[in-house]
Amino acid sequence: MSAEPLHDVGLVVNGAAHSVRVPARRLLSDCLRHDMRLTGTHVGCEHGVCGACTVLLDGEPVRSCLLLAVSVDGHEITTVEGLAGLTGELSPVQQAFEDCHGLQCGFCTPGFLTTITAGLRATPDPTEDDAREMIGGNLCRCTGYQNIVAAVLRAAELSR
Amino acid sequence: MTKMFGEPIKRVEDRRLVTGAGAFLDDLGHDALAAALVRSPHAHARIVDIDVTAALDVDGLVAIYTYDDLTGPLADPLPLLIPHPALTHGRTAYALARDQVNHVGEPIAMVVARDRYVAEDAAERIAVTYEPLPAVVGIDAARAAAHLVHDDVPGNVGARMMQEYGDAEAAIAGAPHRLTLDLTVERSASTPLETRGVLARWDNESQRLRLWSSTQTSTGLRAAVAAKLGLDLTNVEVITPDVGGGFGVKIMHPWPEEVLVPMAARALGQPVKFTEDRREHFIAAAHERAQQHHVEVGFDDEGRLLGLHVTFWHDHGAYTPYGLIVPIVTSTQLLGPYKPGAYRVEFESLYTNTVIVTPYRGAGRPQGAFVMERTLDAIARELRLDRVAVRETNFIQPDEMPYDFGLTFQDGRPLVYDSGDFPASMEKLKKLVGWDSFEAFRAAARADGRQVGIGLACYVEVTGVGPYVGGHVLIETSGKVKVATGLTTQGQGHQTVFAQIVADELGVRMEDVEVVTGDTRRFPYAVGTFASRAAVMSGSAIALAARAAREKVLRVAAEALEADPKDLEIVEGIVRVKGNPGAEIALGTVAVLSNPLRYAFDEASKAATQFAVGDPGKPPVAEDDEPGIEGRDYYSPPHATFANGMHAVIVETDPDTAEITILKYCVVHDCGNLINPRIVEGQIHGGVAQGVGGALYERMAYDEHGQLQNASFMDFLMPYVTEVPRGIEIDHLETPSPLNPLGIKGAGEAGVIPSAAVFASAIEDAEGFPITAMPISPSDLFALRQQNQEGSR
Repeated sequence: MSAEPLHDVGLVVNGAAHSVRVPARRLLSDCLRHDMRLTGTHVGCEHGVCGACTVLLDGEPVRSCLLLAVSVDGHEITTVEGLAGLTGELSPVQQAFEDCHGLQCGFCTPGFLTTITAGLRATPDPTEDDAREMIGGNLCRCTGYQNIVAAVLRAAELSR
Repeated sequence: MTKMFGEPIKRVEDRRLVTGAGAFLDDLGHDALAAALVRSPHAHARIVDIDVTAALDVDGLVAIYTYDDLTGPLADPLPLLIPHPALTHGRTAYALARDQVNHVGEPIAMVVARDRYVAEDAAERIAVTYEPLPAVVGIDAARAAAHLVHDDVPGNVGARMMQEYGDAEAAIAGAPHRLTLDLTVERSASTPLETRGVLARWDNESQRLRLWSSTQTSTGLRAAVAAKLGLDLTNVEVITPDVGGGFGVKIMHPWPEEVLVPMAARALGQPVKFTEDRREHFIAAAHERAQQHHVEVGFDDEGRLLGLHVTFWHDHGAYTPYGLIVPIVTSTQLLGPYKPGAYRVEFESLYTNTVIVTPYRGAGRPQGAFVMERTLDAIARELRLDRVAVRETNFIQPDEMPYDFGLTFQDGRPLVYDSGDFPASMEKLKKLVGWDSFEAFRAAARADGRQVGIGLACYVEVTGVGPYVGGHVLIETSGKVKVATGLTTQGQGHQTVFAQIVADELGVRMEDVEVVTGDTRRFPYAVGTFASRAAVMSGSAIALAARAAREKVLRVAAEALEADPKDLEIVEGIVRVKGNPGAEIALGTVAVLSNPLRYAFDEASKAATQFAVGDPGKPPVAEDDEPGIEGRDYYSPPHATFANGMHAVIVETDPDTAEITILKYCVVHDCGNLINPRIVEGQIHGGVAQGVGGALYERMAYDEHGQLQNASFMDFLMPYVTEVPRGIEIDHLETPSPLNPLGIKGAGEAGVIPSAAVFASAIEDAEGFPITAMPISPSDLFALRQQNQEGSR
């Protein structure tokens, strides 16, 4: 079996241009994690259910385990590594997770952070129901979600 | 200086984890080759042939291993980690199947390749010829024993065990009232968001192995790998990176991959990594919970338990590497806060052609609580008594502590409760949930056409089991304090709570304390993180180690300051003479003075020159002393400490769809002194959510052929936020444990233990017919309604 053909893919990740040569079947999650070594994005289920691998594609949350890297050539990606400010200050969502004990093992956390970052752009002043709706597609096995809901509300407060 | 112990301090772990700077197993080893496993598609089959020919020309393939490539101890079955005399027919798997497979997912060949994609390409080209055998699936099939999982295990029975005190049979026979119940709990699993994984790096020059694993025991794994690979223990290092949840499944070791990956790394001279995928985690890791129970109980007019006889059947899956821990925990912890007059418990641990069973958060306790609490509810129903009253009648009273049952726990130690005030906890719970006003609430709901129910359940949890854990505290010349303990961390916030303890003990700032867990280079002696033991065991050991370090600090500082050690205090890293401002010395300087070096190279060394310590008439390091400020100590309790709690839930069941909605969830929890209430509450939240999953959603849906039908997150229904209670009301009772220096008890598993029991209680209360099997889905409840309607016609 001969070597797979490779494809050039250019991505702007967290504001920096990256170019990689990858097989067509390379998942965006693997491309980010293993080719670009941005390992903050985690993979929990490989079939789009848990949301741990959520990144922002041109600002919109997507499951990077369900996308091929070649299919997003030329697009902008934001991962958890790109949420903090340039000088390292935490974003309101990151700060809120720290303030509210919104994480335990931290494995699912990057997917929540990116999801909520996008969610608060669309709904800057969420009610508790909005907060629950916002995170309703992400799985966490540690926290029981109580403090993640609190973190969404806290992040909204910090953003005001 | 504010005391840190007891404060809801923010976690020191979080900054890394919220910025994507965590380092989980698959985040490491970018240069490593990748392993993929060929796994059995059959639940039970003989392996006739393995043909790797078609895989050999896959570009990027490096190596293929089958059983025939295993040599020495690697060719032997994997260890039976926890033997027990009752486990007369213990069986373990080979790292790669030799001639037979006993569950879907059992590994048969390992492929190593350039990356995981290529490794999977090669794996799927390996042709295995099987001769399928009839599969034994579920407890009924195992007990019927029409077919055997292992030819040499008659009746599929791995173990039979019995414990008792008093004469339960006679007590039941002579009791004014008697009941029998049959109670079932199905399979579930820990299911951490991060799967298993292992990375191995062999250094040929030093002949040393370095292993990273997503494990709950680095020290146990180190010993197992050294034994399997024929290496000296000192030549094996195991490092636990950030671990994305464990909940029990990662205490099992060594997994086949944990010995195969280092074997390949050594053979190939290149780092090798295995990252389990989600489907593999369902079919090749471990499950728990499946048990059937038969209860015979005799009681008096007040519902007092005179005699209790429980027989149960435990499904341990295809092999028994983790011994009988789970069923022994059920058989002993079933008693909860109650004291039946006489008790007999017996169980059979059975083989099935399904994934192995090892502890999952709660470890047999949820089943035990389910059995005891269902029994008490049945008694209350039979006698038309309040469910609380029946429990209160049976509680062990505070003045009966310590309470010795005369039974033996899974650690081989006597079952002796050390503390707890069950009547006080029950008072708190009644208030929290509004037990006494519930009938008014039910009537109001009924008037609106709604159906509601209330349930409660109690448990006692053995926590902080031995044998021991150690802690090491080192004060550097910078004044920074480096702390190490051997057990591992999977998200519990150990770096925070252990730093809180050390900050208090030493009088230093939290930010100057750095805690390392699960790295055998830093602390080689430990057991692991399980049984809600980390805070109790490591917390106590670290406190003792810090006290040892403090003693030396005070001794050296007293000499330097020409003061009595009793007159010294340490505040924010400065040792000072009480009431004598200016007479002080920094911890870092004390660290310099404690180490009679020839060379000075930092500010602390310069500062040290103004002090004189040591007796010129004695050697620079006195006979009974050693250089540096270090404390190392071990905590090894005579027996475990017992946490306890009580949960109550109010549910609404939809009259048409049988959907079950949680209206209120309350927890009263006694884990002794709280080191960090924020973290304890987080543990409770998580436990409750897992409990909701276990009670209402999660089950391993095996078909009769042993195929797991729901081996994905699409089909195995873990709770999202939409399934967990909106708010969990928590009240703490703190009865300090007398067994350890901090008065603490474990908290990790508690939230999940009474869930099946409390939901069954509430649903039964809402529906009016007995609930005897968990989990219960809306479809299950719907079917039960129909059966009960037909039955009552």
